[in-house]
Amino acid sequence: MSEGAAAAQTTERLRSQGDWSTGVSSNRGGNLQRAWRRFKRNHVAVISLAVLFAIIIFSLSAGLISTYVTGYDYEENHLDLARSHPGQNGYILGSDANGRDVLTRLAYGGRVSLIFATMAALVTLLIGSIVGLVAGFAGRWTDSILMRFADVLLSIPSISILVLVSSIYRPGYFTLALVFSLLLWPGVSRIVRGETIALRNQPFIDAARVSGASNKRLVGRHILPNVLPIMLIWASQVIPAFIITEAALSFLGLGVQPPRPSWGNMLLEAQNYYMTNPSNVFLPGLMIFLTALSINLIGNGLRDALDPRMER
Amino acid sequence: MTGFIVRRLLQMIPLLLGVTFLTFAIVNFVPGSPVSTMQMNPKARPEDIERITRNLGLDKPWYERYLNWLGDLLHGDMGLSLANYTPVTDRILGVLPNTLLLTTTALALALVIAVPLGVLSAVKHNSMFDQTTTVIVTALAAIPSFWMGLLLIILFAVKFKAWGLPYLPASGMQDMRSAGGVVDRIEHLILPASALAIVQIAGWTRFIRASMLETIGQDYIRTAEAKGLPRRSVIYGHAFRNALLPLVTLVGLALPEVFGGAYLIEQIFAWNGLGRLTLNATQANDYTLVMGATLFFAFLTMAGNLLADILYSIADPRIGTKS
Repeated sequence: MSEGAAAAQTTERLRSQGDWSTGVSSNRGGNLQRAWRRFKRNHVAVISLAVLFAIIIFSLSAGLISTYVTGYDYEENHLDLARSHPGQNGYILGSDANGRDVLTRLAYGGRVSLIFATMAALVTLLIGSIVGLVAGFAGRWTDSILMRFADVLLSIPSISILVLVSSIYRPGYFTLALVFSLLLWPGVSRIVRGETIALRNQPFIDAARVSGASNKRLVGRHILPNVLPIMLIWASQVIPAFIITEAALSFLGLGVQPPRPSWGNMLLEAQNYYMTNPSNVFLPGLMIFLTALSINLIGNGLRDALDPRMER
Repeated sequence: MTGFIVRRLLQMIPLLLGVTFLTFAIVNFVPGSPVSTMQMNPKARPEDIERITRNLGLDKPWYERYLNWLGDLLHGDMGLSLANYTPVTDRILGVLPNTLLLTTTALALALVIAVPLGVLSAVKHNSMFDQTTTVIVTALAAIPSFWMGLLLIILFAVKFKAWGLPYLPASGMQDMRSAGGVVDRIEHLILPASALAIVQIAGWTRFIRASMLETIGQDYIRTAEAKGLPRRSVIYGHAFRNALLPLVTLVGLALPEVFGGAYLIEQIFAWNGLGRLTLNATQANDYTLVMGATLFFAFLTMAGNLLADILYSIADPRIGTKS
C-alpha cells in the first residue's frame, strides 16, 4: 500500500497546493502576467531569485574571474603557497592543499555543478514526464508495467545504486548526468501520472475526444499544458536535490573527477585539512547551501504564484 | 491481518526480482570481466585464467549465472569478496549492527525533535515561534548532510577543544586507547547521528505542521471544542493522534534517504558500518561485496516499508487490510 498511498499523498498534496486540473488557461499571457505579479509580491522569493542570479553569473563568468580578478587558472599549482588562508599571499579566498586558488575553483566548480544538475534535471524531466503521461493516459497493463519498473528503482536508495554504477563504470561528466536521469525519473513520473489520470477523467478531455481529437493531440494539446506547472514546481525541488546528490557523489570520489573542480570534490579534498583551513570546508558547502536554498524558496514562490486560487 | 501481511509479502516478490536483476545487470553487463585485468598481466598463464573464469562461472551465459546467483542468494550466500575471499554475507552482517545503531538513533533523534516542533508550530500558527521554526527548517532542508557533518566536527570537536570547552570525539565508534564504555560510545554517536538526522528533521517538521494544521481544521475538532473540552485535551487527545498517523508512512519512505545518508556520514566519521564497507569495496574493485551491500540496502529499505505499512494498518483501522 505504501507506494500507492505515498503517490496518492504526494499528488493530493501537490494538487491541494494548486488545482491544475480545473485551471485551464484560455488567455495564457494574462495568466503568466498575473502569476508574475503574485510572484513579485513574495519578497523572499524575489530575493532568492536575485541570489540565484548572482550565483549563476558568478559561475558562468568563471573564465573572466580567473583572468581579471584572481589571475589564477583553476588547476594552477603553487605548492609553496599551499593552504593559504583567505587574504593571505594574494589569494582572495585562500588556497587549497595544492596551492590552487579557491575563488577561481569555486566559480568553475559552480559552473560544473549547476550545468550538471540542470542537464540531469532536464533529461529526468523528459524521461519521467513521457513515462508518466503514457502510463497515466494509457492505463491498464502499460501503466502497471511502467509503474512496477518505477517501484523497483524507488525501492533502492539511489545513492547506493549511483555508487555501484560509478564505481564500476567510472562514468564521465555527461554520462554521469545521464545515469542520474536513468535512475531518478520515477519520482516525476509518479507525479505526472497521477496528474494525467486526474485530468483524463475531466469533462473537457471527453469533449475534445468527442470532437475527434486523436490520442496524440489529447496528450500534447490538452493534458501536457495542464501538467506543465506541476513539472516546473517539481524541477525547482529536484535541481537542488541533484546539486546535493552530485556533490555527495563527488565528495565520495565517485562523481566529477579532479582536476575538474566541483563543489563536492573541493569538499572531499578540504576534508583532509579541516583543522588548519576550515574556510576551505566552509566555502564550497556554503555555495551548495545558498544555491539549494534559493532554488527551494523560488520554488515555494512559484507554487504560490502558479496556484490560481491563491489570490491574496 | 495475516492475510494482509502475506499479500504484501507476495507483492514484494516481483520487486525483489526487479532489484536483484537490476543489480546483477549493472555489475555483469560491464564490457570486460573481472578476469580481463588478469589477461593483461604477462605473468598470468592462460590455463590459470581459464580456471578462474570457470570457478567464477563466467563461461556460462548471463541468465544461467543470474539464476545461479539468485539461487545462492536464497540460501543467504552472496558469494566471496574479491578482495580477500571471505563470504560477503559475513562481512555485511559483521558491520550491520553498527549501521543499524547509527540509523535508528538518527531516526529516533529526528522524531524526538521534529514531532514537538511541528506540533507546536501548528498550534501556535503564525506566531513568532512558528515563523522562526519555518525559517530554520527551510534552511536545514537545503544543507547537505555531509557538509553538516564536517561543520559539526569543526565546531564541536576541533573548536570546542581549542576553546577549552567539553568537546566531542571527531570520528570512530569508541575511544581506541581506553576501549570505552557506554558513555564513550554514546559520545561517539552524537555527532554522526545528528548530522544524519538533520535532513529528516527538516522534512518531518514541515510535514507534521501541515498535517496538524489540517487536522485542527476538521469538524470533529470543532465539535470537541464546542462541547467545552479544554484546548489542551482537544489538541493532544484528538488532533495530535490523528495528525501523527501519516508519519508512520513517512518514516518508512525516509528509509532509503537515511540509509543513503549513512554512506556519507559513515565515511566522514569513520563509522565502521555498511556504507563505509561498501565505499572501501568500491575502491578495491570488490564488485561482489559492492553488489551484496547494495542489495542489502535495498532489502533493508523494503523491509522497512513493509513494516511501516503493517504498523499503519494497525494504527489506523480505517485503512483496509483487505485492499
